[in-house]
Amino acid sequence: MRSFYGETLANPLMLGTAQYPSPAIMAEAFRASGAAVATVSLRRESGADRAGQGFWALIRDLGVRILPNTAGCHSAKEAITTAQMAREVFQTDWIKLEVIGHADTLQPDVFALVEAAAALTAEGFKVFPYTTEDLIVGERLLDAGCEVLMPWGAPIGSGLGLNNEYGLRSMRAHFPDTPLVVDAGIGLPSHAARAMELGFDAVLLNTAVAKAGDPAAMAAAFARAIEAGRLGLSADPMEPRDMAAPSTPLIGKAFLA
Amino acid sequence: MKIVLNGEATELEAATLDAALVELGFTEAKVATAVNEAFVAAPARAGFALSEGDRLEILAPMQGG
Repeated sequence: MRSFYGETLANPLMLGTAQYPSPAIMAEAFRASGAAVATVSLRRESGADRAGQGFWALIRDLGVRILPNTAGCHSAKEAITTAQMAREVFQTDWIKLEVIGHADTLQPDVFALVEAAAALTAEGFKVFPYTTEDLIVGERLLDAGCEVLMPWGAPIGSGLGLNNEYGLRSMRAHFPDTPLVVDAGIGLPSHAARAMELGFDAVLLNTAVAKAGDPAAMAAAFARAIEAGRLGLSADPMEPRDMAAPSTPLIGKAFLA
Repeated sequence: MKIVLNGEATELEAATLDAALVELGFTEAKVATAVNEAFVAAPARAGFALSEGDRLEILAPMQGG
């Protein structure tokens, strides 16, 4: 099993902490999902209400690994500074590096991403870059010191699933030793199962669980789908073919026509 | 002096960053700080002098995807 900067995850689901109807429902969804990693962020804090302090206590109680993100950053400089602040607050070298290039698609700015990844790796960060399925960008990210790649399935929050399955399959073939995570765009458990069937090492999702009518039930569904996809791949699937092939033997069939 | 705290003009008596955090109600809070778009690590706050017009960002954990 491929490890994430030397760490093997007990469960290949990385779950976001945003958009749940309540903190209690978020905690319930985490328990149902079995997720080993929670993504979190940083925002402005008010000295009066100190909202972040309560959230931090809740996250600590989940007992999962923390993966801070640089969501909303639009330049390498902004992402680097945010990562530095996140490392201090969350006490982890792990950083989900997002450098957003386009406001509508939330597509990563892969040029700034590579620049930020190199700078952060030099500072000792373990970078999880949110990228596209572009192979050359993937190579540049590995050159920059990344040991994990996280291509999108579809635009963040869209729930469209794996928009470019060919591209994701190509990534798996091109980077056989690199841990790969589908990050963003997953809407249904079947999308997550498919990512695992393609040989991905984990999936990262948030909205699909948080915005479901019953987040805990959806979290449980994702847990099973991910397990099914992984188990199916390890069981060595049959090759698909274009023509039918009878599964029932013809030998010994009676002549009744 | 007048600084910009998290995007809003704020009057401050403290002259250093660590004193500013106490004055602004962040005693023992889990926060990270940046001044004029540059990260200031917690151990550096004590000696970090603030100046008129400085842009101070105080960030804390929050939900994320």
